Amino acid sequence: MKTLLMSANYAAARAIVSARVEVVAAYPITPATTVPEQIALLDEEGIYKGEFIRVESEHSAMFACIGASSTGARAFTATSSNGLLLMDEALHWAAAARLPIVLANINRSVSPPWNIHVTHDDSMSKRDTGWIQFYVASVDEFYHTIIQAFKVAEDERVLMPVMVSADGFVLSHTVSTFDYLEPEEVDEFLPPYKPPHWVMNPDNPVSHGNIVFPEYYQEFRYQMHEASKNALKVYEEVERDYKRLFGKYFGGPIDQYRCDDAEVVFTSQGTVGAEAIDAIDELRDEGYKVGAARVRMYRPFPVEPMRALASKVKAFASFDRGVSYGFGGHVANDIRAALYHSPYRPIVKSYIGGLGGRDVTVDDIKEIILDTVKAVESGEMGPEETWHDLLE
Amino acid sequence: MVAIREMPLKEFVLKGNAACAGCMDTLALRHALKALEGKVIQVVPACCTSVIQSLWPKSGLGVPILNTAFMAAAATASGVRAALKAKGREDVQVMVWAGDGGTFDIGIQALSGAFERRTDFLYVCYNNQVYSNTGTQRSGATPLYAQTTTTWYGKTEPEKMLDLVVAAHEPAYQATANAAYPRDLYEKFKRASEIHGPKFIHVLIPCPQAWNYPVELGVEIGKLAVETGYWILWERIGDKFKLSPQSKRFQDPAKRKPIEEFLKLQGRFSRLFKPKKDEKKIAELQAYVQHRWDVLMRTFT
Repeated sequence: MKTLLMSANYAAARAIVSARVEVVAAYPITPATTVPEQIALLDEEGIYKGEFIRVESEHSAMFACIGASSTGARAFTATSSNGLLLMDEALHWAAAARLPIVLANINRSVSPPWNIHVTHDDSMSKRDTGWIQFYVASVDEFYHTIIQAFKVAEDERVLMPVMVSADGFVLSHTVSTFDYLEPEEVDEFLPPYKPPHWVMNPDNPVSHGNIVFPEYYQEFRYQMHEASKNALKVYEEVERDYKRLFGKYFGGPIDQYRCDDAEVVFTSQGTVGAEAIDAIDELRDEGYKVGAARVRMYRPFPVEPMRALASKVKAFASFDRGVSYGFGGHVANDIRAALYHSPYRPIVKSYIGGLGGRDVTVDDIKEIILDTVKAVESGEMGPEETWHDLLE
Repeated sequence: MVAIREMPLKEFVLKGNAACAGCMDTLALRHALKALEGKVIQVVPACCTSVIQSLWPKSGLGVPILNTAFMAAAATASGVRAALKAKGREDVQVMVWAGDGGTFDIGIQALSGAFERRTDFLYVCYNNQVYSNTGTQRSGATPLYAQTTTTWYGKTEPEKMLDLVVAAHEPAYQATANAAYPRDLYEKFKRASEIHGPKFIHVLIPCPQAWNYPVELGVEIGKLAVETGYWILWERIGDKFKLSPQSKRFQDPAKRKPIEEFLKLQGRFSRLFKPKKDEKKIAELQAYVQHRWDVLMRTFT
């Protein structure tokens, strides 16, 4: 392990070297572009040993990954926003084909109006494709979560593709140190991918994806659902191994900070969760019993860890950097849904903000948390949804 | 020319496949896979062959088949080739087997991208000139005046000359074929299998369902396509163009059968003959035959 200084996107490119990825197919889009740019350089300089297909669209990028993974290769791509949306058909295909592809998504707002800065709508709108989803908050976490993602994806109990999302610009272009692992160091953790069930090989011909009638189709989908849910337990094992081998741990599916005796817990995804740590420290200094929970794993939704957390708190201030139009914050509503079938009934207040890359500062987070603290203290729940920092 | 008895006896199109009676796609695929001797990974986008290969958990083809999305065949094949390369496996052909809709229309971007990247694979468009798997809708390959379920009174435009689009990518090998000429088709697949780089074979597939003719007439109609000069058999190795002998004899318009002989056997052209014969439209189609010859010879010779 050695310390390197790089942007998150460059670190992601390094992760595919460490993970001995065999095929990358990618297409440029801001702000993900510097991932394939850096992979191209690593490819041309012989540092990346696999194949790099410079495709003509994101749709083709994911289908090239599907072709490669179906032929037994470890495959990777990176994209953002409209690129991820163009892949939609391919994302469903990859998951339904049970191919352990890893995708680095650099969260970017969906157009129109054009906006290249962070909103989580791109990946959140893909939550029903079957892809396992992670959201990260630092360069180091991005790099290592990509390596971990292959381990989760390729686990026979999972065999589902994994998307690791990082906030556009706020993280993707932020330069920071991270702990780089040489491929030789990763080998023990991540042995070569060996498809356990089927692979394209003329020596043993199989048809993959041919027609299934109503009498069997549902069972394929049930297996996908079970496999996705398995990823929660598998990820806990993966993190345990990773910690043992490399001393790295990022907090599990829900990274909790000062939650043990907290009455109000601020939940968020991505870099806001890192910012929240300072907000919590300041509020603790001011005497408030508050904590922060960063939802790192969004699909499968960490239902049991969320219930365990809910059992201890009076309220959640749930912050979404995206919106399901007509219903509200993606994660806030998932938290509410996860708790409905449980005995725990903390207040779940939903806050939407930071869209289009609008800055979310420590003061913003404190304001949101204090709004929820007020609801707890007054016994008045107040609005179930608040758009934070909304211009009149 | 290869004799039928010289083709391998081994069959890769197996019993129990789900093709329609009289399916000419299956006939073309049978001889193509014999030429490739089964050493192939076949990528199939949405098309008739998605069905023909049989229903899960059975497989009616003796080669590995990777089904993929409609517009993604060439991209998927790019990934397969890259994976084989990453694993050091060079002895396997990667072949796309796509219909005309998946090639002329929705799949053309991926096709163009893969050819521009000089991907080492063989792209086969089996062309029955219609979206037959979805119930006979017009495609960019549907000829002028052909009736489809989206052109009930006949299409108002001729087909796209896709071969010219493909040729603009300067493929390593390019050919046309016709399911009714299996020996010619076999040789072209054999030749393609020995050439490295992007390769394209465009196979005309008469379709009893979509063209609306009695199932036993597939070979006869396929031959009429060539004998009328409507479908031209040729190949191009690099930029070396060669008319195939079956078509060379029809280069002289005087030797061609009238297009009417090809048209009148097919229900899709019935409105050209009923309630009364439309001489003007038939003449337009006759003129299109020469137009295609002119464009082809002007471009390639």
